[in-house]
Amino acid sequence: MTSETAPIIHVQGLRTQFGQHVVHDNLDLTVMPGEIMALIGGSGSGKTTLLRQIIGLDSPAQGTVQVFGQDIHRAGSADLQGLRNRWGMLFQHGALFSALTVFDNVAQPMRELRNLSETLIRDAVLLKLHMVGITPDDAIKMPSDLSGGMVKRVALARALVLEPELLFLDEPTAGLDPHLSDSFVELIHSLHQAMRLTVIMVTHDLDTIFALSTQIAVLSDKRVIAKGSAQEVLAVQHPFIQEYFMGARGRRAQQAMHTNA
Amino acid sequence: MSTDESHPPSLSLSHGTVAASGCWQVQELAQPNLDAVLSTVVQAIPTTAEARWDLSQIVTLDHIGAQWFWNAWGNKRPQQLVLPPLFEDYFDRLEEAGTLILPPPRQHRAFLIAIWDWMSNMADHAMGLTKLVGQLLIDLLRFARQPQRGPWTEISSNVFHAGYQAMGITALVGLLIGVVLSYLSSQQLHTFGGDIYIVNILGLSIIRELGPLLAAILVAGRSGSSITAQIGVMRVTEELDAMLVMGLPHGFRLIMPKVIALALAMPLIVIWTDIMSLIGGMAAANLELNLSPSYFMQKMPNAVPLANYWIGLGKGFVFGGLIALVSCHFGLRIKPNTESLGHNTTQSVVTSITMVILADGVFAIVFKNIGFR
Repeated sequence: MTSETAPIIHVQGLRTQFGQHVVHDNLDLTVMPGEIMALIGGSGSGKTTLLRQIIGLDSPAQGTVQVFGQDIHRAGSADLQGLRNRWGMLFQHGALFSALTVFDNVAQPMRELRNLSETLIRDAVLLKLHMVGITPDDAIKMPSDLSGGMVKRVALARALVLEPELLFLDEPTAGLDPHLSDSFVELIHSLHQAMRLTVIMVTHDLDTIFALSTQIAVLSDKRVIAKGSAQEVLAVQHPFIQEYFMGARGRRAQQAMHTNA
Repeated sequence: MSTDESHPPSLSLSHGTVAASGCWQVQELAQPNLDAVLSTVVQAIPTTAEARWDLSQIVTLDHIGAQWFWNAWGNKRPQQLVLPPLFEDYFDRLEEAGTLILPPPRQHRAFLIAIWDWMSNMADHAMGLTKLVGQLLIDLLRFARQPQRGPWTEISSNVFHAGYQAMGITALVGLLIGVVLSYLSSQQLHTFGGDIYIVNILGLSIIRELGPLLAAILVAGRSGSSITAQIGVMRVTEELDAMLVMGLPHGFRLIMPKVIALALAMPLIVIWTDIMSLIGGMAAANLELNLSPSYFMQKMPNAVPLANYWIGLGKGFVFGGLIALVSCHFGLRIKPNTESLGHNTTQSVVTSITMVILADGVFAIVFKNIGFR
């Protein structure tokens, strides 16, 4: 990573307010291409809100959000559409279209481009589903017939189908059993290498944070109090960080990271 | 990043070598007519000798571009292939995945099976409604035995939502229908010189028939759909299951309060609609026939026997209960997906209105000798 490369996401002076309640105040965040950034913070610290503001679902009260160098709250609709084809989002509960089959869910973004042949769409969708471990037999099921882990994987396939450069994950491993979480982490890791992705994830799962992220941003006191690699963040003397990582769970996860490394 | 300068994917064929160049990415591949252009090149490849594929001029590639080549090659690597090591991974992954075939969609079912399905569906509805009514009777008995432990809050909130909040729309529709009816009838009556009979026509038709029916149709559209959608969303968000786990039976805490509330609120709404329609009728009669409102009100008790009023109120009571029952029935059938939610809400409103009109017919037959002079 050289200093000349432009940041893929650049958040500046962001302020979010719900009525009298200030969630973010003067928040800055930069994400460079190729990073896997974990966004952590206590419940209610506005992690998901920040994610939603970065992809343009919510607007901040003040400040700018630039994605791929474009201010996404002031971009024209054509530019926005172009941006939306370059990122994918995995929602916390999958957000699959419940009226469509698994296959049609994943095929939807490709069909929306209009000019791709149905054969190519079919093969590409089945490959993506194969990459996340969904068999063609499961592809004709409805989302309501799937288990929670499968819903997550299908949603990931849908987020990845247009080969985005940027992937947002909201609680990717919440609600998955340890084995599934591990394979999900491995999956994202291999996809990150295969597709040269930049990943931004919101998560509480310390194992996922240590196993996957190259960068950690800690959200507390209405702004990003620390950002850097796991070691750098752990060295920061801040009560929130110490509590978050030095609890029993945090120590176990760090131990596991050291034995794996 | 390749967005600034656009290199559309292209293929060229010379001396048995197919050279590919440009950006083979999904956004580029989705350009109009590109697929046809590329296909013509592939078809032009002579089949006698195997072609040499040169992919070294490609700027960027993704899985969809790789898939395109893979399909053009007939799902295997060509014998002669120049492939930059950077792109090796994509084809390795395709090779590893093997052939993936989507299972064939389910066949359309035979005609007889469709009829059987329809019949079993109807039987299912009948069974569900019967169970619902049975459960309601049990719950009402339980409520009567221990009224202090009944769901009073739920009942009052339902009366508020289905009754009080419906007053505006029923008033407006009632008033307009009263005006229309009065105008049309008074013109006819005037030609025969029977001006004063407008009181009989309006009084009888509104109090006995139109008031209850109008109110019921409006309430079915308003409260019926909201009850169905509410129960349906409770199914989607697992609130219904949470209620069962906490020992709050659906019948006693969800369905009975709605049925009682609508059965109580509907007669009141009927009175309200009657009043507004009659006011509208009176106003129109005053303008059209110069019948003063005071005369109108004086004549009303003689023109319309009191029995009609009781029939109207009874209709309100029955219609209210029916609407609540049908709405709850369809709400409980909703499956946790959006399509089912929409479908069942529509079905609920259509069925409630149909049931109300059917019940109205029954009322007309049963009370055919009552309430006339």
